Amino acid sequence: MVKNDDDDLIRKRQRDRARVVALLLGGFVVLLFFITIAKTGMNW
Amino acid sequence: MPTLELSNPAALPADWRDFVALTKPRVMSLVVFSGLCGLLVAPVQLPLVLGFTAILCIALAAGACGALNQWYEADIDAKMRRTANRPVPAGRMERQSALHFGVGLSGFSVLLMGLATNWFAAALLTLSILFYVIVYTVWLKPRTAQNIVIGGAAGAFPPLIGWVAATGHVATLPLLLFAIIFLWTPPHFWALSLFVRSDYAAAGIPMLPVVAGEQSTRRQIFFYCLPMAAAAVAPWALGLTGPIYGTCAAVLSLVFLVLAARVAANRATEPSGMDAEKHLFAYSVFYLFALFTVLVADRFLPW
Repeated sequence: MVKNDDDDLIRKRQRDRARVVALLLGGFVVLLFFITIAKTGMNW
Repeated sequence: MPTLELSNPAALPADWRDFVALTKPRVMSLVVFSGLCGLLVAPVQLPLVLGFTAILCIALAAGACGALNQWYEADIDAKMRRTANRPVPAGRMERQSALHFGVGLSGFSVLLMGLATNWFAAALLTLSILFYVIVYTVWLKPRTAQNIVIGGAAGAFPPLIGWVAATGHVATLPLLLFAIIFLWTPPHFWALSLFVRSDYAAAGIPMLPVVAGEQSTRRQIFFYCLPMAAAAVAPWALGLTGPIYGTCAAVLSLVFLVLAARVAANRATEPSGMDAEKHLFAYSVFYLFALFTVLVADRFLPW
């Protein structure tokens, strides 16, 4: 059996990593949007 | 019901901070800075977002190199005090995770560079990653005391990549910036390896002080500083920069030579007596930051 403490630690790490990945993906989408704008010649 | 033993910390999912640590953020700062300077001194100005993306790609590629280096050298890192607490040797991360992270980051940085700027810059970025990982880490580092001399080329790519990302072609000035970092690398790393010699010896890495001894290393540090100083003033001598850069480069290089001469004169064999080496190592970092800052200032300020 996984001890409760270990289980909590695993869940916490998974949650933290999921949050970081979500933030990075969000940032990547925004970056792609602005790259597209710049590449199509609309330099904001 | 399945059971899971967590006596090995690597059985836990690695903390996201350990992935950040894999990228060697402190090393990355100098790489990003030199890449940014290469981009800024180029005669073509990229739109802000594309310039930012180019520097981001250089940073991600440097991080990927750090991760792949730590994947390959986990056994060696475990034997050195300076590196034993890194995520893989400390058991906080599976070795395979470092490999997957490094390969993924490499591919992502190259693709993004190609899509955002040009494929020549992406090809140079690929070359720099392969050079660092295969030529330096896998091939040269464990085999020859000249590892850092040839391997220094990997760290010299960023200003060239920054320039090519902006212009799409290579010119004399970015090649000189490449040469400056290439020639700066041996004195910088040999100064460090003198006062952490026992670490390298314990790990079986044939760094120059381990193979050839302290005095030979000190002499070579000084001799490498001469072409480095010549390369540093060359952009001014060739008319590619103004006199402010030329003057600052000459003064900064002269101080470098004086500190290298102090190292050459030192006879200490224990790290406690190696203040000259520690000063040269610290100054070498300042030197590169200062030289490249003046280069950019010379390009933009009307003096």
